Amino acid sequence: MTSVSTQNSVDADGAASGSRPRRSWRNRSLDRPRWWVYAMLIVFILVSIFPFYWMIVVASNDSAAMNNIPPALVPGPNFWKHAQQVFEDGKFLRALLNSFIAASAIALGQVFFATLAGFAFAKLRFPLRNALFYIVVGTMMVPLQLGVIPQFMLISNLGWVNSLRAIIVPGLVTAFGVFWMRQYIDGGVPDELLQAAKVDGASIWRQYWSITLPMVRPAAAVLGLFAFMFAWNDFFWPLIVLNSADSFTVQVALRQLQNQSYVTDFGVQFAGVVIATIPLILIFVFLGKQIIGGIMEGALKS
Amino acid sequence: MTQHDSLGTSSGGSLKTRIDEKASPWVYIAPFFIIFAIFGLFPILYTAWVSLHEWNPIGDRVWVGLENFQQLLFEDPRFWNAARNTLSIWVLSTLPQLGVALAIAHLLNQAMLRWSTGLRMGVLVPQITSVLAVAIIFSSIFGRDYGLFNWVWTAMGFERVDFQAGVLSSHVAISTMVMWRWTGYNALIYLAALQAIPRDLYESAAIDGANEWRKFINITIPQIRPTIIFTVIVSTIGGMQIFAEPLIFGGQGQGVTGGSARQFQTLTLFLYEQGFRNFKFGYASAIAWLLFLLILVFALVNYLATRKISQS
Repeated sequence: MTSVSTQNSVDADGAASGSRPRRSWRNRSLDRPRWWVYAMLIVFILVSIFPFYWMIVVASNDSAAMNNIPPALVPGPNFWKHAQQVFEDGKFLRALLNSFIAASAIALGQVFFATLAGFAFAKLRFPLRNALFYIVVGTMMVPLQLGVIPQFMLISNLGWVNSLRAIIVPGLVTAFGVFWMRQYIDGGVPDELLQAAKVDGASIWRQYWSITLPMVRPAAAVLGLFAFMFAWNDFFWPLIVLNSADSFTVQVALRQLQNQSYVTDFGVQFAGVVIATIPLILIFVFLGKQIIGGIMEGALKS
Repeated sequence: MTQHDSLGTSSGGSLKTRIDEKASPWVYIAPFFIIFAIFGLFPILYTAWVSLHEWNPIGDRVWVGLENFQQLLFEDPRFWNAARNTLSIWVLSTLPQLGVALAIAHLLNQAMLRWSTGLRMGVLVPQITSVLAVAIIFSSIFGRDYGLFNWVWTAMGFERVDFQAGVLSSHVAISTMVMWRWTGYNALIYLAALQAIPRDLYESAAIDGANEWRKFINITIPQIRPTIIFTVIVSTIGGMQIFAEPLIFGGQGQGVTGGSARQFQTLTLFLYEQGFRNFKFGYASAIAWLLFLLILVFALVNYLATRKISQS
């Protein structure tokens, strides 16, 4: 915030309070956060960032350096060596690819189905609309993970064990996505616009595809982002339905790196963690603002 | 709402248009309900049926009625052990987490805070790691022999801590992972709620001579009560299903049992062990249903408690 706009907002406040007893200019300036506010926030952020730093330290030092007293506390020269070992047999690369495919498919599917259903709930009229929408909202609170035994039986009967379909198909829809898009479309797409399109003879599909979808693109992008990150990080379900190395997603492959007996030092394992985290770091660096906006708006809607 | 009426009216228009208007809504919401019914609702309900059997993965099954439940509740100490561990880890991770999150949100909500976007991003950083990465990193930090924590701790003259061995110490280690990952996220949720409080509430309180603490108790807490309840419920549902952290923390050999003496085996981990290591599908399904009930009861209790506390 520039000093000019700060000055303005003070003036505006002062003017707005009008007849109320005015606080002195001195008090006003005290309303500015003091140094300890920044200090506490920065300490919190350092604690938040430290494990990332530590991850890089361990990933880039050999085990001898880590087992010294004191251990290595700064990044070392061995990251590329460890990364090579991670990729040595090709399985980890395959897992990265699998995760990328599954997470992308889930993100696209969620955006499509959630905007579609959200559009219907927000803008179309049909019997039981509100009741059905409440059901959608209600299911958000059900811990679906607890149906894991029949879920596995189902996937097994479909012949989808060790196939990415087992990850992708159940992930294509979420109640949260439908809820989120419904709220956006309800507030963000004027009825008049759809009405005008209808008068011009646009079908319902065209009202969805050509008018609604372009207008809610930012919200849909945030939903896709969340879906991608969630799918990339999912662990419990992939661990259960993916048992062959060909089909592993990256999280299951990380667990495997931990279990491989020949990996005696943490370095290789941590190099794997670094590599698995890089895509998310990139997303965060470029789209962090949107993610924050999404979380905060989502909090207000629910 | 009234404006919607004009959109949906099917008076006039060709037959094609009428069919379009009648059928489209159902077609559009169908994918959600179909996929949800198959992969969400049906499995949850079918779990109840499976739990009444002795059932193995090949499909052999014997009706045993409520025997699985009876065994779990009255004969299998592993169940109550896991339930205790789950509750303990939840309490240790959630209560401090939400308190710190509220404090951080309050700091971020200061008027005219500089670099607010950067600070918010910094707070959210832990969210971009996977639960597995968190578990692997912290398991190494809390390692007995070469862990960073013990290096600092012993250098300060304290005795080495074997985090895995103890009940409380292992719970603290696991709770730390959960806290680290979720505090910033909850802080942003609270921040959103704080920003929605009308400023003039504070201004008139200030005129009445209220200090910061009174403002916090009398205005802030009641105003963000729905958000507090929301975060408590969500973290209850999530916290009761903690799985990856103890699994990874236990390492190669003792992950699934949650330590050599099951000192940090959670209910979901116990479910996984029975279902996918011992292949007792019926028994595991009974665990799932008991866990479901536990979550329900616990969420309700927390809801009532939160409502009461923030009201008084």
